[in-house]
Amino acid sequence: MSDRHHEPQAAVAGTSMGGAMDLGVDEAETLEKKPGPDGAGPEDRPRSLWSDAWRDLRRNPVFIVSALVILFLVFISLWPSAITSGSPLKCDLAKAQEGSQPGHPFGFDGQGCDVYTRTVYGARTSVAVGVLATLGVAVLGSVLGALAGFFGGTSDAVLSRITDVFFAIPVVLGGLVLLSVITSNTVWPVIGFIVLLGWPQISRIARGAVITAKQNDYVQAARALGASNSRLLLRHIAPNAVAPVIVVATIALGTYIALEATLSYLGVGLKPPSVSWGIDISAASPYIRNAPHALLWPSGALAVTVLAFIMLGDAVRDALDPKLR
Amino acid sequence: MSDNLTLPAQQGSTGASTEALLKVEGLTKHFPIYGGFPIKRKVGAVQAVDNVDLTVGVGESVGLVGESGCGKSTTGRLITRLLEPTGGKIEYAGQDITHAKRKQLAPVRSEIQMIFQDPYSSLNPRQTVGTIIKSPMEVNGINPAGGREKRVRELLELVGLNPEHYNRFPHEFSGGQRQRIGVARALALNPKLIVADEPVSALDVSIQAQVVNLLQKVQEEMGIAFLFIAHDLAVVRHFSQRVAVMYLGKVVEVGDRDSIYNRPRHPYTHALLSAVPEVAMDDETENRERIRLAGDVPSPISPPSGCRFRTRCWKAQDKCATEEPPLVQISGNRENHLTACHFPEEPSIEARSEDVVMDPALKALEKDGDVPKG
Repeated sequence: MSDRHHEPQAAVAGTSMGGAMDLGVDEAETLEKKPGPDGAGPEDRPRSLWSDAWRDLRRNPVFIVSALVILFLVFISLWPSAITSGSPLKCDLAKAQEGSQPGHPFGFDGQGCDVYTRTVYGARTSVAVGVLATLGVAVLGSVLGALAGFFGGTSDAVLSRITDVFFAIPVVLGGLVLLSVITSNTVWPVIGFIVLLGWPQISRIARGAVITAKQNDYVQAARALGASNSRLLLRHIAPNAVAPVIVVATIALGTYIALEATLSYLGVGLKPPSVSWGIDISAASPYIRNAPHALLWPSGALAVTVLAFIMLGDAVRDALDPKLR
Repeated sequence: MSDNLTLPAQQGSTGASTEALLKVEGLTKHFPIYGGFPIKRKVGAVQAVDNVDLTVGVGESVGLVGESGCGKSTTGRLITRLLEPTGGKIEYAGQDITHAKRKQLAPVRSEIQMIFQDPYSSLNPRQTVGTIIKSPMEVNGINPAGGREKRVRELLELVGLNPEHYNRFPHEFSGGQRQRIGVARALALNPKLIVADEPVSALDVSIQAQVVNLLQKVQEEMGIAFLFIAHDLAVVRHFSQRVAVMYLGKVVEVGDRDSIYNRPRHPYTHALLSAVPEVAMDDETENRERIRLAGDVPSPISPPSGCRFRTRCWKAQDKCATEEPPLVQISGNRENHLTACHFPEEPSIEARSEDVVMDPALKALEKDGDVPKG
């Protein structure tokens, strides 16, 4: 790693300093970046944290597998009809609990609905809840956390206490209480609930990252130039504090999908006739002896999806912060 | 140190103007310490900078030296208004900027710039060199003739970097080159005063000289005044026309460079100068004066009464504990050479008959021959 560090700099030194610079100085400090493995010459695009991370990710089998799974999930949630011809709501009680048949590879559930079709259509709910809730949590949490970390003092103290209060709410109990009073059968109440309880996690991460970034001399340098607070936050602090937020949000995405399934299983998330893995797992669990396939397929899909997002988050973290490995 | 003493601008051989650009009077910064339960309240204060007077003339370079933790950097950050002073007055070009708000400071900001110690943390790793050097002009709404990009290329060339490296990121440069980028950023607005906070102490020795020479070139050619904060006496001697020595938040001695280096009076200055490593031939080492100070710098939370140096001073007497020595021109000093000491040393750096060893344990060890001298 360190020997490659020389190459671009040697070129720089050769042209400007007559090669007089001692390159040994910065070997101790590689920042959070990994030098490019193929020793990019001076003509190459300058490498930033993100291009370094991308270079890292492309070589990471964990990332490739989880990204392929996620791409597939996103694809079937956008166009479920591409791989199914049936409708998830077309059920035939005469076929209830029947096993695998030609055209119905996963068999039928207790209501005689095609498990394969329902599992494919269930991806849409999970992906929608996961992505939208994560976006909401990330935006709300990072804005509040960044403001608390940047301004400190009273606003920080107040916000930190509010964060603690939300942390203290048990997720499942909170869900049972809050969502049971809501009658709307869309994904929005679930997303809203997850955002409400999820933002403190991101807020704490963002606050810490902003406090770390704030102490850097380049922020002081910008302040000494007369830069405004918004410029300091947006131009100098945010770009250097966003990485941990992205990592935690990616990992959280998987857990939000699991949380949606949990809430739907408990009957307070989505309710039939909505299609969701949680609903299917809940409906199939009484018949686990007679028709295990009706339980296993949606559970398996849920497990693979959650795992894919968590592994993606892990890979992204490793790429963005090689020091953690 | 008395409040009413202001250092006259230097009148050194370089012939810099005597007009004061920056005038600091009684500058004080106490960092509060909070403690207690359940309600946190102020239980003390770190007296980082206490009653410091300093003047920097137009185009003059003033060195500020002292050991780690003596308040040099805090003084620098107070002057650039990165920290809010607890007390005292900062006057820039006749304008009081001690508590000026950001908007009021705007015209002054472009004239006072700062160079930071750590070339790794002072450049935003997400921005290209071009963006970094351009940002002072953006923030202050300055559009130089030919455009900002052209100006950035000029600046890169001025500090000895290749203008073609405009689009590179800081991590592609070595420490010395990064510090040059920091210098280019500080020069972007044609400042009148640069506060250089240990600009070379994080650099390799071979590169220190290059950066110091660059700063010197800039200082001489562009007539920029410098407040050069450093703990390296050799670098300060090379760079500064006037030198102020700080100890535990106070200026203990200040004067023209030659006066400080050749005729120091304050015991602390003597100790500092004797600690400078020197290359000497074997027969010369015998003549080297050594003053070894015992222990650590006392805590700035509760500094010693009277003279703050008395706890480590070999000349300390009862008077030093009760009466704080004022920073004045004591007899035997040259003009403008001020010393805060009741019992000053002889104005010379001639060798003593014997080392001054302040630590009895160390002395005992050396007598046994366990610790090699020098």
